[in-house]
Amino acid sequence: MEAFFEGIGRLIAQYEQQNILNLIYLVILMIFVGVELISHVPSVLHTPLMSGANAIHGVVLIGAIIVMGNASPDDTLSLVFGTLAVFVGTLNVIGGFVVTDRMLEMFKKKPKGEKAS
Amino acid sequence: MMPYMEIGYLIGSVSFVVGLKMMGQPDSARKGNLVAAFGMAMAVIAALFFNSQGYHVINNLSYILIAIVAGTVIGTLMAKRVQMTAMPEMVSLFNGMGGLSAALISIIEWRHLLHEAVNPERMSNMPVVTVGMYIPVIAGLIIGTISFVGSIVAWGKLNGKIGDFRFPSQQIINAVVLVAILGVAYLNYGEFNATQSSLYFYLTIGLAVVYGLLFVFPIGGADMPVVISLLNSFTGVAAACGGFLYENKVMLMGGVLVGSAGTILTVVMCKAMNRSLMNVLIGMAGGNGGGSSSSASGGSVREVQGTDVAIMMKYASKVIIVPGYGLAVAQAQHVCHELENLLEAEGVDVKYAIHPVAGRMPGHMNVLLAESNVEYDKLIEMEHINPEFATTDVVLVVGANDVVNPAAKTDPASPIYGMPILDVDQAKQIVVLKRSMKAGYAGIENELFFHPKCGMLFGDAKASLQKLVNEVKAL
Repeated sequence: MEAFFEGIGRLIAQYEQQNILNLIYLVILMIFVGVELISHVPSVLHTPLMSGANAIHGVVLIGAIIVMGNASPDDTLSLVFGTLAVFVGTLNVIGGFVVTDRMLEMFKKKPKGEKAS
Repeated sequence: MMPYMEIGYLIGSVSFVVGLKMMGQPDSARKGNLVAAFGMAMAVIAALFFNSQGYHVINNLSYILIAIVAGTVIGTLMAKRVQMTAMPEMVSLFNGMGGLSAALISIIEWRHLLHEAVNPERMSNMPVVTVGMYIPVIAGLIIGTISFVGSIVAWGKLNGKIGDFRFPSQQIINAVVLVAILGVAYLNYGEFNATQSSLYFYLTIGLAVVYGLLFVFPIGGADMPVVISLLNSFTGVAAACGGFLYENKVMLMGGVLVGSAGTILTVVMCKAMNRSLMNVLIGMAGGNGGGSSSSASGGSVREVQGTDVAIMMKYASKVIIVPGYGLAVAQAQHVCHELENLLEAEGVDVKYAIHPVAGRMPGHMNVLLAESNVEYDKLIEMEHINPEFATTDVVLVVGANDVVNPAAKTDPASPIYGMPILDVDQAKQIVVLKRSMKAGYAGIENELFFHPKCGMLFGDAKASLQKLVNEVKAL
């Protein structure tokens, strides 16, 4: 048990070194924000919302861009994988937002949304 | 010097939160989506052209731009061309792409780390791969792979390319595979001194693929929305792993936001279907239990003719339409709206009863019916419409099954027992439009069809509705 806590302590120290502890705070806060945002949504909007969230996690594209930026030009395998990662990441972003927009387009001219579940 | 990169990422992060918030309200939903898209564009531009020192063109820019342009063109075409009914599988497919992207990033980073390990210039007293770096890399790889494979299976299942597939002690095997993944990933960390990817690394990928398959294969279509939503949040977590790796706050915030919002959305859906998330997680969902529920098929079914139904509805004062997946597959939403208009012109009060999980995704029916210009306030959610069935003359069930199955209330052995349903049996007359007597998505019989008040009108939903429209016109 003691070893376990020691291990955790070492991990935290390591994280502190890498300035990652800040990020962990950020994670915890964002979890609450995410829960808050979704909890009071009428079920009508669940599908578009899922689709919108789907587009947002396309932010992984940024990671793909960074990884490509770090890849050395003679590491062919990394370049191939990286290009593919950028491509599918873009698919996720663009496809996600366009599909969501198409869904929501249909909600436009309704007379005042009433009742939330 | 202006911190353009930070500003770009900040705009991105804030707009995700604001956008998601706006998407939660019908009035601002569309704008919210655009806000989030704008923020994404800002963040991407920041990543492409700036670093913490200012303007800086990233390496390999030409490859990146080609990939982005190709992705934009193909993504737009796919998203624009897809039929409204096929929306759920499209979302699943795009989700899988995000997972794949996360997994590929991890693979490259792992290669990168190994490369660093053999670099003679590195300080020998520093550990090559710290736990702090290893966890996000390997977690991104595992979660991204599971999400990718699972989403592709879900996509295949929803468009009918892949059937259900179950085998005994599925849950135990799933759990074993999950533990094995973690074990192998741990062993892989021990191998970081190797100059090449070890067997453990490939084994981790392989097992994650297997888990992705096992995770989604046994799950019946009724639970598919839950699974897609869950995989959606998985991909969010995978993206957040990238955020940790690069200490990139926009990835972290976007990823965690989707991870937590997606999980809550999943839980909300589970509640609507009265399933525990745990059951879905270990692959128990999909109604393979029960078994005794087929005993109800004692009675006989009454088949009705279109003419009778048309007369019944035309002279009714109140009709409630219960749409289901059958409406979606038959593309019958426009005919349905036409029928509604005809009946309204005859002075009949027509409403739609929307079960939270009708169709393949929550809100699926709303989207479909909104497409054919059905007024928003005619779509009534379950808890508001249920008291109205008692005063309703005719209930028209169009391709819905499990959501009107009384077994959810009466038969504790039924897999859907406890799921809230639409109380259609309270109405004076029930007409069910259905292709055949085949069981619904949960794979169980529906006693409702044997109810004395219930008449069956067999055929494709669109053809049947068209028939009704013609009959009502002719009367």
